[in-house]
Amino acid sequence: MTVTEATAPADALLSVQDLRVSFPSKGWRAPRTEVLKGVSFDVRPGETLGLVGESGSGKTTIGRAVLGLVPVRSGTITFAGERIDQASSAHRRRLGRDLQVVFQDPYTSLNPSRTIGDTLAEPLLGHGASVREARGRVGDLLARVHLPADAAARLPHEFSGGQRQRVAIARALALRPRLVICDEPVSALDLTTQRTVLDLLLEIQEETDVAYLFVTHDLSVVRFVSHRVAVIRHGQIVETGDARIVTTEPQHAYTRALMLSAPVADVTEQRRRRQAAQRLAEQTVQPAADDG
Amino acid sequence: MSENLPADTPTAARALVPAAFGTSTARRGGVVRRLLRNPLGALSAAVLLLIVVAVVLAPLLAPQDPGASSLRDAFAGPSGAHPMGMDSAGRDILSRILHGGRNTLGGALIALGIALALGVPSGLYAGYYGGRFDSAATWAVNLVMSLPAMVVLLASRAILGPNVWVLMIVLGVLAAPSFFRLVRGIVAGVRKELYVDAAKVSGLSDTRIVARHILIVVRGPVIIQVALVAGIAIGLQAGLEFLGVGSGSAPTWGAMLNEAFQNIQRAPLPMLWPGLALGLTNGALVLLAGALRDGLEDRTGHAAKPHRARDRAAAVPSAAADSPAGQRAGLLSVRGLTVAYAQPDGSDKEVVHGVDIDVRAGEIVGLVGESGSGKTQTAFSVLGILPEGGRVSGGSITIKGQEVVGLPERAHRALRGGTVAYVPQEPMSNLDPSFTIGSQLMEPMRHALGISRKEAARRAVDLLRLVEIPDPERVVGLYPHEISGGMAQRVLIAGAMSGDPELLIADEPTTALDVRVQAEILELLRRLQKDRGLGVLLVTHNLGVVADLCDRVAVMNSGRIVETGTTEQVLHAPQDPYTRTLLDAVLDEAPARAPWEPREARSTTA
Repeated sequence: MTVTEATAPADALLSVQDLRVSFPSKGWRAPRTEVLKGVSFDVRPGETLGLVGESGSGKTTIGRAVLGLVPVRSGTITFAGERIDQASSAHRRRLGRDLQVVFQDPYTSLNPSRTIGDTLAEPLLGHGASVREARGRVGDLLARVHLPADAAARLPHEFSGGQRQRVAIARALALRPRLVICDEPVSALDLTTQRTVLDLLLEIQEETDVAYLFVTHDLSVVRFVSHRVAVIRHGQIVETGDARIVTTEPQHAYTRALMLSAPVADVTEQRRRRQAAQRLAEQTVQPAADDG
Repeated sequence: MSENLPADTPTAARALVPAAFGTSTARRGGVVRRLLRNPLGALSAAVLLLIVVAVVLAPLLAPQDPGASSLRDAFAGPSGAHPMGMDSAGRDILSRILHGGRNTLGGALIALGIALALGVPSGLYAGYYGGRFDSAATWAVNLVMSLPAMVVLLASRAILGPNVWVLMIVLGVLAAPSFFRLVRGIVAGVRKELYVDAAKVSGLSDTRIVARHILIVVRGPVIIQVALVAGIAIGLQAGLEFLGVGSGSAPTWGAMLNEAFQNIQRAPLPMLWPGLALGLTNGALVLLAGALRDGLEDRTGHAAKPHRARDRAAAVPSAAADSPAGQRAGLLSVRGLTVAYAQPDGSDKEVVHGVDIDVRAGEIVGLVGESGSGKTQTAFSVLGILPEGGRVSGGSITIKGQEVVGLPERAHRALRGGTVAYVPQEPMSNLDPSFTIGSQLMEPMRHALGISRKEAARRAVDLLRLVEIPDPERVVGLYPHEISGGMAQRVLIAGAMSGDPELLIADEPTTALDVRVQAEILELLRRLQKDRGLGVLLVTHNLGVVADLCDRVAVMNSGRIVETGTTEQVLHAPQDPYTRTLLDAVLDEAPARAPWEPREARSTTA
């Protein structure tokens, strides 16, 4: 049930059509496991598209396929008018300028034995900047993500999770990309830190018009950062639409169940939701049983 | 499992003692320093250096030509001109040891060089790219490793002639697999690190990624392996020479041993010198490898000597008995609890500073805070399972009126199996993958209650039914990898209920689960509390979970409780500024983002 089956709008920055990804299964000649079963969506310049789903839904794989970190079985990925789904490694290296990533885990996404300055200079040097230029730009980047300039000389273990995630964001921004894939960038962070990192991402988007493909399991986060939301389940998009519509008047029963399951920090409202969720569960024939 | 990384790890390492790791993780310069500070490392390095220098400078140091013989002096003992004496052919032993070392060590060097040149690049390539090359190389390596080295060496001597250098080249080929396997294994692990993915996305070429991110990880283990393989190469070569399989002409330590051995009846002393040279070199290499391993892998093992926590803690509970915090609850009552961790320098670092909390029978109390707030430490103190180095340094904890601070481990364990039960955060890692669900439920019951296997099996099924697992008769026979995370958490709750507890300590029981499964687990906890009058201390960072389940809540920040009250009070009319900050960060109420507009439209409307 792909919703955005229509051809990509002319103004799309990233357009994904009927994307399929599968992995070889264990065992000799076992059929491949399909992780994405025909996913289509597009992202416009300066737009945030939130991809929300539960674990195993394939949402992370979408981001990795766009980045070329997993092979695409079939379907097309078009970025800025160019097909990139089967890009050569030279083409991929060129794409690094425009297409970047922020990963979930700020503890493993930075090389523990490289200084912050080293990590930030890496993409710059890789794209032909001189050491001197890179050093200057590292200072700008640290300021951009509100970290002190002396952070450059220090190692990742000296920083908290939220600060490391700022470093990861700075690394993603180093080459002034047009699209950043954000793979659960705040789910490992504390509540208060999460808010400041999200605010930073929005602020950067306002200034640079970068587009985000924002992958998360958290509906309240997705609603806060996304212009549009796509709900993904079992490798398929079940619902897409404007953030407000999808998160307040969801059309699909699965989206509704997902919404009502997320507890809110309000005793009365949470009681109402719990009862609504129970009613929904009684109406639908065992909606949760298939995920067990 | 990519989602839901726990915000607060129960292992205290990350949250609590970063300072200890921070200071001790020195960089490259530190490795050499650490090595030299280790007495064995410094000694072995010095011995090796001495041997190598002596051998390299042999032409200068040797009293005479190693081949020059005067048969008249055969078997002469040590003298001023010949400090090690003369051998069977009347040649100066010292000169032969020095020159022989060039052949012995040089041979080992060749073997090492060949092994490194073959093993490391192929291991890098196979580990980094995988695929066909990996399969083919692994197959070839397994083949080489299955060959008996001695037989191959003897055969190659027969075919290629008695040349020590040729033998060492063959030995190098035979030793290459150990480097290949080592490097391949490490690289295959590092390749999956997110920072390598990030470097790929940045558009770095593979050579650059390998140079910057991979080699640095491989370096340490390879250096250690070099020291070990060098020792083996020297030993094997000496062994061959001793057997008389080497090249007859050039002096080597092994050949000298062989020669001296033949005349051991006439003069035992010449055996000593080459034996000593070999022994010292090999011993130094092995010790150096060990010291290098410790230096490079940066063992922070010195962190904290286990305190005799009970002895020290036993004195304190009375201190807080006169705490002003009102009436103490019957089920669980904590007063003035402090928790401290021993630092490497012997001092204590306090992480929980005087916590008061109460749980009455049939009540669910939320303990809320961010990572590092001390909430998990508080829960662990109640359970008596603080990680190593940590101890309750003050205050009082009573469970059903019984003081548990200072309780002997044995009594605490009995308490945990009976009145108090624990539900951990990561359901999957708390089940042993090699045992069935049934046996993991039955074993503790048989131990704690002393019941028969049959009775335990019956109770296990009952427990699974209690936690609403469908078809429990089938599930008892399943292994942990065959069930979902949600079901694993149900199994752990079932295990917790097996001792019919009155107090349940749940540490972020739903953090690792998807929201729909979370809702089911919360429902289960609510039902258990209602049906059995269970008191629950629920540790969480999720205010939504608190609103859903808790009767009362305590908010923790930097080791202190900043606010406590009924859930309505705390969530709807927070008094403390920190609680307010926490609530403000919740995004439930935040408006959804407005639909996207093209940049031009935005700039005109704004």
